[in-house]
Amino acid sequence: MPGLKQLAQRPELMAGGHRACAGCLPMTAMRQTLLTAGKDTVCGCATGCVEVVTTIYPYTAWRTPFIHSAFENSAATISGAEAAYRSLRKQGRVDKEINFIAFGGDGGTYDIGLQALSGAMERGHNMLYICYDNQAYMNTGIQRSGGTPKGTATSTTPAGKVVPGKKQFPKPLTEIMIAHNIPYVAQCTPGFPKDLSDKVEKALTIEGPAFINMLAPCTRGWRYPMEESMEVARLAVDTCLWPIFEVEHGKIRVTRKPKEKVPIAKWLENQGRFRHLFKEENRHIIDEIQEEIDRYWELLLKREELSQT
Amino acid sequence: MSEKTWTEIPIGGAIEEAGNAETYETGSWRTYRPLWNEETCIHCLRCWVACPDSSILLSEGKMTGIDLEHCKGCGICAFECPVDPKAIEMKLETDVENG
Amino acid sequence: MSRRLILTGNDAAAEAMRQIDPDVVAAFPITPQTELMHKFAEHVADGEVKAELVLVESEHSAMSATVGAAAAGARSMTATSANGLALMWEIVYIAASYRLPIVMPVVNRALSGPINIHCDHSDTMGCRDTGWIQLYSENAQEVYDNVIQAIRIAESPEVLLPVMVTFDGFIISHTAEVLEALEDDPVRNWIGEYKPKYTLLDTDNPMTFGPLDLQDYYFEHKRQQMEAMRAAPATVKKIGKLYGEMSGRPYDLIEGYQLEDAELAVVALGSTCGTAKVVIDELRAKGTKAGLLKIRCFRPFPEAEIAAALKGAKAIAVLDRSVSFGAPGGPVHKEIKAALFGSGSSAGLVNYIYGLGGRDISMEHIHEAFADLETVAGEGTPADAIRFLGLRE
Repeated sequence: MPGLKQLAQRPELMAGGHRACAGCLPMTAMRQTLLTAGKDTVCGCATGCVEVVTTIYPYTAWRTPFIHSAFENSAATISGAEAAYRSLRKQGRVDKEINFIAFGGDGGTYDIGLQALSGAMERGHNMLYICYDNQAYMNTGIQRSGGTPKGTATSTTPAGKVVPGKKQFPKPLTEIMIAHNIPYVAQCTPGFPKDLSDKVEKALTIEGPAFINMLAPCTRGWRYPMEESMEVARLAVDTCLWPIFEVEHGKIRVTRKPKEKVPIAKWLENQGRFRHLFKEENRHIIDEIQEEIDRYWELLLKREELSQT
Repeated sequence: MSEKTWTEIPIGGAIEEAGNAETYETGSWRTYRPLWNEETCIHCLRCWVACPDSSILLSEGKMTGIDLEHCKGCGICAFECPVDPKAIEMKLETDVENG
Repeated sequence: MSRRLILTGNDAAAEAMRQIDPDVVAAFPITPQTELMHKFAEHVADGEVKAELVLVESEHSAMSATVGAAAAGARSMTATSANGLALMWEIVYIAASYRLPIVMPVVNRALSGPINIHCDHSDTMGCRDTGWIQLYSENAQEVYDNVIQAIRIAESPEVLLPVMVTFDGFIISHTAEVLEALEDDPVRNWIGEYKPKYTLLDTDNPMTFGPLDLQDYYFEHKRQQMEAMRAAPATVKKIGKLYGEMSGRPYDLIEGYQLEDAELAVVALGSTCGTAKVVIDELRAKGTKAGLLKIRCFRPFPEAEIAAALKGAKAIAVLDRSVSFGAPGGPVHKEIKAALFGSGSSAGLVNYIYGLGGRDISMEHIHEAFADLETVAGEGTPADAIRFLGLRE
């Protein structure tokens, strides 16, 4: 598994000059992924921030082959490209090893693209699907998605006088993918680059479909100071809101266990989208979020233990 | 890039020049400019691996500078820098320009 | 060399696909397309084709996977009907915009709702402006011939557009007919190997497909698509001629039946043309100068050829197996009307909407239309120019 020093020797496959906002961690996630995957990688991306900012015609930031088709079909599109590869390889018309990665944001993955993702994983294509999860539809103006945390103020779940942000907990997408019984599922974040890189490499090495959910903070949508993007990502892990772990052929391994679980309020208080939760009448929501985090974290650790046998 | 007619561009919206976004300048977006101090830099690469704009320049695994054509001045590099005092500090563009 | 086979339209399409042996086929079941894919799946299961068959979870993914495969340089096909085509709609446009030479048999079926599984043309007529070439087939023989020709049309460098080969659900798809099929080798040699201009798999020359195309270039890309459509009729004609040289069955954009000296003309697409031909034979026997204009290539619409073919007609009945709600007549009627405008034709024009949701069209119905045309020929286009055949009124 490559360390930073090894990655630094590899070609940079995401050009500067893309139009992402300053401090965009999804773009860091892309860079780290591509550095790991290498140039022989066919990438696809759902409609969303990354697709839009990297391919404003006549410019492209991608130094790998890249295709965007629509919002909900990143997985289906790349599954077709992978099928083409298998067919042409069988016929001796292509001879090199090629990786296939489909990207999608949380909107394109938790919501509109979930069916196509489920189908592609079930069919067993040798491809990796990566969700860069920035917890809302950022590209269209910060609307809530199925991946948005409970209590979040978004454009469609504003913190109002009666309704204090999003009512629901996020859809457990990573768990849904684990339930597909595919060879490899993981959660990670560009806040821990070595961990991310290890997981991408493993996902590409393992034969068959793989899914990685990457928490990728959005300075604009989350409303924290842009220079803190990496720190916000790390703190999501150390509060256990975003446990980083992998499930390899059913075996769970939690890849970072914080020595001391940081209370979630610490993560929430730095982000404008949660400011309303600190009003007296809304503080119970923070407690509910904490309870849910604790419940899932304990369960995950128990499952990790159980899965070793 | 000058605008071309419909007979002068590839069909289907395909872009033939991979990574040609590098010819697009985004450095003018900056409010703050990262200033790198080569003396104190320990080449830990934390800034490089975190930069969303591929703007930390390396040669043979060591930092050689900052790509100001594309750096948008987010300051992640300076925030991530672990040395004390930091090897990258953010300065207002206007202050840098006025010396 | 040819083989006489008894095949349904679906089996004829599957037979053509077996011989074409595309690199990738993606499919999702929908009546009445299902048996086409059953048959092709048998060829895959028996190792008779090299195609990767991707059995997707929806038509949206069928078209998406086909787009991904075609962009990866594979000769790629799918097939569908009605609601399946409607679910693909978004990607149908994208396939054409990306200039991917996908070939898709579409077994015509009424669009919901209420749900109906039988034939009409509302599905393919609805996507007549998606940028796909559309070839309509009269019978199983034409299904077979059109699917093979579609590959070469789509892949022609001056065209590079996807092609739909349409045929009437159940009427053609589920009815066995005798047809002449070619041997495998001549078909494979005739279509040749697909050599894509760009491919995603060329990682040494990485390309970006499907960028965000804004005010500054989207228009230019649409202009390119228009140019490809402008070039397509000549290609469809040329390939129809070449196919004729190989098979003995030449094809054109349109087909006239007893049309040369016809005073009363019916315009139709698909299986109805067969019925109309029998009616015309009966009328001709009685001395009526009746004729048929069959449109094979509806997109691009061969306007000049159609105007020329209808030049001598005094009265024209356009048969539409779909509705264009709120528009002045069905889609075929509107196009014919536009083609005649400025052509010097003074023919009376009547539109008949018929056969929706699989309502049968009989010889009597077509006789009815011709009987009307006798009046129209004398009096010109009537006030009630939009009429129905086979509707209870």
